Amino acid sequence: MELLSGGEMIMRALKEEGVKMIFGYPGGAVLHIYDALYQQDAVEHILVRHEQAAVHAADGFARSTGEVGVSLVTSGPGATNAITGIATAYMDSIPLVVISGNVPSHLMGTDAFQETDMIGCCRPIVKHSFLVRSIEEIPSVMKKAFHIAKSGRPGPVVVDVPKDMTAPTEKRPFEYPETVKMRSYTPALKGHAGQIRKALDLLLEAKRPVIYAGGGVVLGDAAEELTAIAKRLGYPVTNTLMGLGAFPGSDDQFIGMLGMHGFYEANQAMHQADVIFAVGARFDDRVTNNPKKFCPNARIVHIDIDPASIQKTVRHIEVPLVGPVKPVLADMVEMLNQMDVEPDQDALSAWWETINGWREKHGLWTGDRFTRRDKIMPQDVIRTLYEVTNGEAFICSDVGQHQMFAAQYYKYDQPRQWINSGGLGTMGFGLPAAMGVQLAHPDRHVAVVTGEGSIQMCIEELSTCTQYNMPVKIINLNNAALGMVKQWQDMQYGGRYAASTYADSLPDFVKLAQAYGHVGMIVTDPSELKAKMEECFAMKDRVVFMDIYIDPDEHVYPMQIPTGSMKDMILSKTERTK
Amino acid sequence: MRHIISVLMENEPGALSRVVGLFSQRGYNIESLTVAPTEDSTLSRLTVTTIGDDTVIEQITKQLNKLIDVVKLVDLTEGEHIERELMLIKIKATGAQRAEVKRTCDIFRGQIVDVTPAMYTVQLTGTSDKLDAFIDAIGASAILEVVRSGVSGIARGERVLSV
Ligand SMILES: Cc1ncc(C[n+]2csc(CCOP(=O)(O)OP(=O)(O)O)c2C)c(N)n1
Ligand SMILES: [Mg+2]
Repeated sequence: MELLSGGEMIMRALKEEGVKMIFGYPGGAVLHIYDALYQQDAVEHILVRHEQAAVHAADGFARSTGEVGVSLVTSGPGATNAITGIATAYMDSIPLVVISGNVPSHLMGTDAFQETDMIGCCRPIVKHSFLVRSIEEIPSVMKKAFHIAKSGRPGPVVVDVPKDMTAPTEKRPFEYPETVKMRSYTPALKGHAGQIRKALDLLLEAKRPVIYAGGGVVLGDAAEELTAIAKRLGYPVTNTLMGLGAFPGSDDQFIGMLGMHGFYEANQAMHQADVIFAVGARFDDRVTNNPKKFCPNARIVHIDIDPASIQKTVRHIEVPLVGPVKPVLADMVEMLNQMDVEPDQDALSAWWETINGWREKHGLWTGDRFTRRDKIMPQDVIRTLYEVTNGEAFICSDVGQHQMFAAQYYKYDQPRQWINSGGLGTMGFGLPAAMGVQLAHPDRHVAVVTGEGSIQMCIEELSTCTQYNMPVKIINLNNAALGMVKQWQDMQYGGRYAASTYADSLPDFVKLAQAYGHVGMIVTDPSELKAKMEECFAMKDRVVFMDIYIDPDEHVYPMQIPTGSMKDMILSKTERTK
Repeated sequence: MRHIISVLMENEPGALSRVVGLFSQRGYNIESLTVAPTEDSTLSRLTVTTIGDDTVIEQITKQLNKLIDVVKLVDLTEGEHIERELMLIKIKATGAQRAEVKRTCDIFRGQIVDVTPAMYTVQLTGTSDKLDAFIDAIGASAILEVVRSGVSGIARGERVLSV
């Protein structure tokens, strides 16, 4: 058998797993691994400028491809810098393997230089973690790490490697396992046929149905199956923030995103529904509003790969169905085709009429609610972005008002096209995530929709973009404030802007972009927005930073009224539902 | 309601901290916790007693099951079961009190396992309620030290928790 050092084993394991690219940052504890990396060419390494970005970039890579993202960081500060990235991936169930170095095993527990109890630090934010205890176990640990990260409900897995486990002088036999068997981990591979039948029976009884689809459909590669069943039934579909793209945004059956900043028609339809078909969605508090008032008349079918997501917040689930969404939905379509029962068409057309009425009245995509002449409206920036990119760009968002506008006004027709930190809400996610997306899709347009607050949280990555030629386009919705914070301060704190503005201290983003070797642009006049954006996307090989001065007073609406039901919403600065 | 959840998990370092961390992170209550290897040295058996309504208990069992190290678990309180806890208790025993302590100990089927002229150390097993009752019967002023093992439990009849 071949003899390899631990560092070489790690690199070989990555190769065996088909990993082409990893994101990382070196340091003492991982120098052996980096030396092994240097001496192979199956895996390319991208040197970021901050470990948080290494994890976000691997995360963006994973979200846009469905493959496992990999990052490599050193012990101590390298590991703790990675924590925000790991937590971000954990909240959105993104498959990652994060390899962290640690001090040599004989020093662990002695408060050695750059020692951190990484296993302890990351415990609540990983799907699982491994501390490597012998060189011999590296192949099986790596195999398990990848298996756990991508199977079942995906998530980040940390592999913590003490430095002595990777010493170049210590060679051991290497054989990469072909399969994994873990008696304690056996995620469901199929749904229960009886439950599937029950689900269909209930769905076919519906008079006012809604299909409520979440990030699980995207992660489970089930957009096609979801679309098939939705088309077959003719039911309205709403997507969660994480589910955008699971059903085509430009399709007439799509009634918009639901939840805190969801569409009026989507939130109303949920509240009035008699049957809700929840697919790969987890009844998050940003969706349900007050769970006690959630959809009182609805009978609910819920498909999820994670049993713990079922009946966690909303308790009245009539048909729980544990299993991976893709085969479950495929089985449903097949069973449906064999049954000769059809949905109640009369009830359905009446329901559509009601929904279309809501759409007419309050829909974000009907009419020109947000067009003004004197200032650039953030909504118009996103609409222009949609037009200029033909609806085909990857949109990587940061967190704040701009994120909600990007979710509301760009119509996502493809799963994995919309990349955002929905669960943790991590400012600083957008740019590094976009780097991972761009590297995975070199020929596609990748846009970062961000704010002047968020972009400054990982702005150092502009340098990484230079080094590796990642021509992402940064669409900075500059409202000179932490806009989402300010909106809440307007609404709930009498306009007292505690720490949400910067007192003229913002950098000149154009010069900043130029300093990194990129193109910077300022847009202040609504009439030049489109032309400038076209110019931006025409520069295929350049990073372009578009600093767009938007109306600083704009709020995101609708907004659910706290403690209310789904249908209780503030619709504008002057209107609210009764 | 009080539940006794019995968990078989991989006998791996770190496994226990994941279980304990889960309880604190999600705000579940731990009344008692015991853990030790089983006849199969690759497995540990952990017993946790907790209090919560049905929603909470359902989440506790689901979240425990989600931990990669957890192989199997059962909520013993859902069926007939036997529960036992061991207590060692040091009690002041001088003068007239000495006979009184001995009598109480006999009533509860405790064993005196250590003696000095001034105290008894008593060993008692039983349900947690029985141990509580013994402590009450002795009275706080006579008690010098108490150590309890926490609850262990097993299902009645032929049902077994094994891999
Ligand atoms: C790391 C982090 N810190 C704080 C917050 C809280 N937060 C949410 S939105 C927001 C303001 C974001 O400002 P900006 O990026 O300019 O976006 P805008 O809302 O103005 O569009 C803040 C501070 C967060 N989500 N993430
Ligand atoms: Mg801002």
